[in-house]
Amino acid sequence: MAAKKDDKNLGVEVTELMELIAKFQNLELHDFHLEAKSLELRIDGGVASMPGFKLPNAIPTKPTALLQQTFMPPVEKYSSSISEVKLGATKSEGGTRGRSLIIGGEKTPAFYTFENPVINKPVVTLDVFDMEVPLSKAVKMHVKEVMGDPAAWAKLAVEQFKADMVTIHLISIDPLLKDATAKSTLKTIENVMQAVDVPLVIGGCGDPEKDTALFEEVSQAFPGERFLLSSFTRDMNIENIAKSAKKNNHAVLAFTPMDLNMARELNRNLYDHLGREDIVMDLSTAALGYGLDYAFTNMERARLAGLLGDSELAHPMSSGTTNAWAAREAWLKMEDKWEPRELRGPLWEVTTALTLLLSGVDMFMMIHPAAVKTLKDVIDNLSSGKKADPSKYLDWVSAKI
Amino acid sequence: MSQKAAKKELSPIDIYKLLPKTNCKECKQENCMAFATKVVAREVNISQCTPLQKPEHAKNSAILHDLLKPPVKEVIIGVGDKACKVGGKLVMYRHEFTYFNPTAIAVDVTDEMTEAEIVTRIKSTENFSYEYIGNTLKLDMIAVRSTSGDADKFKNCVKKVSETTNLPLILCALNASVLEAGIMVIPKARPLLYAATLTNWKDMAELALMYNCPIVASAPNDLNGLATLAKTLQVYGVQDIVLDPGTFFNDGLADTLNNFTMLRRAATKVGDELAGFPLLGLPLSIWANRGELADDLVRWREAYVAGMLITRFTDIIVLHSTEGWVQLPNVILRQNIYTDPRKPVAVAAGLKELGTPNENSPVFFTSNFALTYYTVAADLESSKTNAYLIIVDAEGSAIDSGVAGRKLTAEKVSDAIKATGIENKVKHRKIIIPGKASRISGEIEELSGWKVLVGPRDSSEIAKYLVDKWQP
Repeated sequence: MAAKKDDKNLGVEVTELMELIAKFQNLELHDFHLEAKSLELRIDGGVASMPGFKLPNAIPTKPTALLQQTFMPPVEKYSSSISEVKLGATKSEGGTRGRSLIIGGEKTPAFYTFENPVINKPVVTLDVFDMEVPLSKAVKMHVKEVMGDPAAWAKLAVEQFKADMVTIHLISIDPLLKDATAKSTLKTIENVMQAVDVPLVIGGCGDPEKDTALFEEVSQAFPGERFLLSSFTRDMNIENIAKSAKKNNHAVLAFTPMDLNMARELNRNLYDHLGREDIVMDLSTAALGYGLDYAFTNMERARLAGLLGDSELAHPMSSGTTNAWAAREAWLKMEDKWEPRELRGPLWEVTTALTLLLSGVDMFMMIHPAAVKTLKDVIDNLSSGKKADPSKYLDWVSAKI
Repeated sequence: MSQKAAKKELSPIDIYKLLPKTNCKECKQENCMAFATKVVAREVNISQCTPLQKPEHAKNSAILHDLLKPPVKEVIIGVGDKACKVGGKLVMYRHEFTYFNPTAIAVDVTDEMTEAEIVTRIKSTENFSYEYIGNTLKLDMIAVRSTSGDADKFKNCVKKVSETTNLPLILCALNASVLEAGIMVIPKARPLLYAATLTNWKDMAELALMYNCPIVASAPNDLNGLATLAKTLQVYGVQDIVLDPGTFFNDGLADTLNNFTMLRRAATKVGDELAGFPLLGLPLSIWANRGELADDLVRWREAYVAGMLITRFTDIIVLHSTEGWVQLPNVILRQNIYTDPRKPVAVAAGLKELGTPNENSPVFFTSNFALTYYTVAADLESSKTNAYLIIVDAEGSAIDSGVAGRKLTAEKVSDAIKATGIENKVKHRKIIIPGKASRISGEIEELSGWKVLVGPRDSSEIAKYLVDKWQP
């Protein structure tokens, strides 16, 4: 009976997901044919094989019954664990949020639940922009109603798309866009805080000077809210903003461009002003097909190092997974055989997210609702403690699909 | 065990001291030390040492082969030039060395499909092709399933399949006599057999021996059972084994990942030989248990679980979906995960002439990150643009991350303009920069003295941009 009920729930979830991704609209298509000629970069796989060699076998006596063996689960001990960082603050905690969240705390590599259970589930924060931005069609169709209205966008993200958190990207301060003042963003933040009660990430524009001013202003204007300030970089003068973040009880996202030594260095600089419990790392996310291998390995190495005692890397990790859409295969209208892009695009974001989930990411900054839905389902599945049911597994061989 | 533990730390000296030390250069290396260095880096095979094959070196040869034996056995499926190598992994994590033998991807057909359907599915698998940074991404195998349970039908189906394709096959039937009917059609083709289970293992082991085929040991969510099967098959005389610990969805996803992870760790870190075989993942099993899911939703789930399995150590996966949107993310993910992390993916900086540019042709720059460079160059070439492309040394980063991380700076662009001698090749002084580098446009103008035109954010729009905007 229980299994049946689960199936039913699944059906409902799935309907939701389908509704999200199947809203194909009439597309304006630029005619585009991918005709990349065969280009000559072969990265040789090397030689792994050892042909021509056989172990000298004793003449086998064929067993007549199974030779019982026990598999020894290869459980390892780790000398360290990942710091926990609390995001958002409720009224009793000194803020106004409906709930706070904790990320990090792992004692084991990502979802090695044969060693240790999941301590804090990874969370998803949805992107909201404070002005109109160019978005891929597959994304835009879900948010075009709320574009330019960050409060409404945040509400949609939380209520419809089930975001754990919201990132409000204050890109209007970018000198190349509106060059708005830091002060002018406070109203936007205020509005978003009224619209939703989840913890918030405060995103800057990428310009070191403007972002420094922004974080200073926001820290002071919203003391005790435990925002995550995104992000602190090596080329910023971090002393004052780090002090201000500490004083006003905010957490900090430390961004470095795919280099673990730089990540350690930035963290060391932050330790002068902040505690371990205040720092989340963004080690850079590259899209599937556009450097995801670097991002994956960088994060996997950081996490393993953190667990094995490298305290400068033992921080929760955040991923700007929305970068998946930088891959042209995510958004481009391609030949028919690769279509529809309304499925290919969000699957690109899902695949990027899941690959990094398995490297140890604790927090995902995402944009497509179907990708968010799938990632959250997978996180729930992996954290549930439930077991596989092998009884009908081998039926796949003869299943009439 | 001690030898295994040492394997990770292999140095060229470990190899060198066991070589004949003749410095004969028959291996095409300068000397034995150089050869040993390449052997450790797995760039050449120990069998290329001719003197080592002589009887007097048999003992050292055996020790060397054992030292170099990968903790995950390499298994060959099929014969001839399409034969597929799976497994052969040296390490658990790619950063520890590199992964060999990319996850083989198979697509299924059944003995109850019409011939037309079988041919269509095989052709779409064979013709699958995607050009990606100079590589052609392909699919690898066909899995033939007996859904009828009828030996004759299976035989006819395998016959049709083998007449249609040279791709290696996975033959799937749990009844040994049905499976044998299929194998007999292609007795020398070394298909992978699916599967020996805790109940049918004896008959299946006989088939594997008789036809010299690799075989899957399947014990869903039962690693003791899987070890038992592997051990029994091995003692029976079967050498080439593939392990199927089961691919489960939803509530079973955690067990699935745990099983693959435990097996690979046991093989690579503990030296457990019974875990040291290639791993099989079956994302298509979701179709057998789909409930009322809509087709696209099943495909969606099949697709993302396939991706997780590629990331988590799986050496072969079987898919049912042939849709491009399902396959594309996974073949690209496979390419990414199996890229050698020891080699930076960068191309040489410098000047590239596309088509037949003249003194009025546009000048672009891009980064030396291979992915960026090949994408831009391919777009310019396919649109038959005559242009100069300056490749700037951005330390192998993409445009946006290069600008953000200060690896692609106005100084570097300005230096590249001077170093390439482009000033002598064109009369104008205009450079079209990537839209994603617009942040540094002012600085480039200042430093280089060239007028900067900010081009599109994606190179697929360059052709249109030139038509609209380009004036020498």
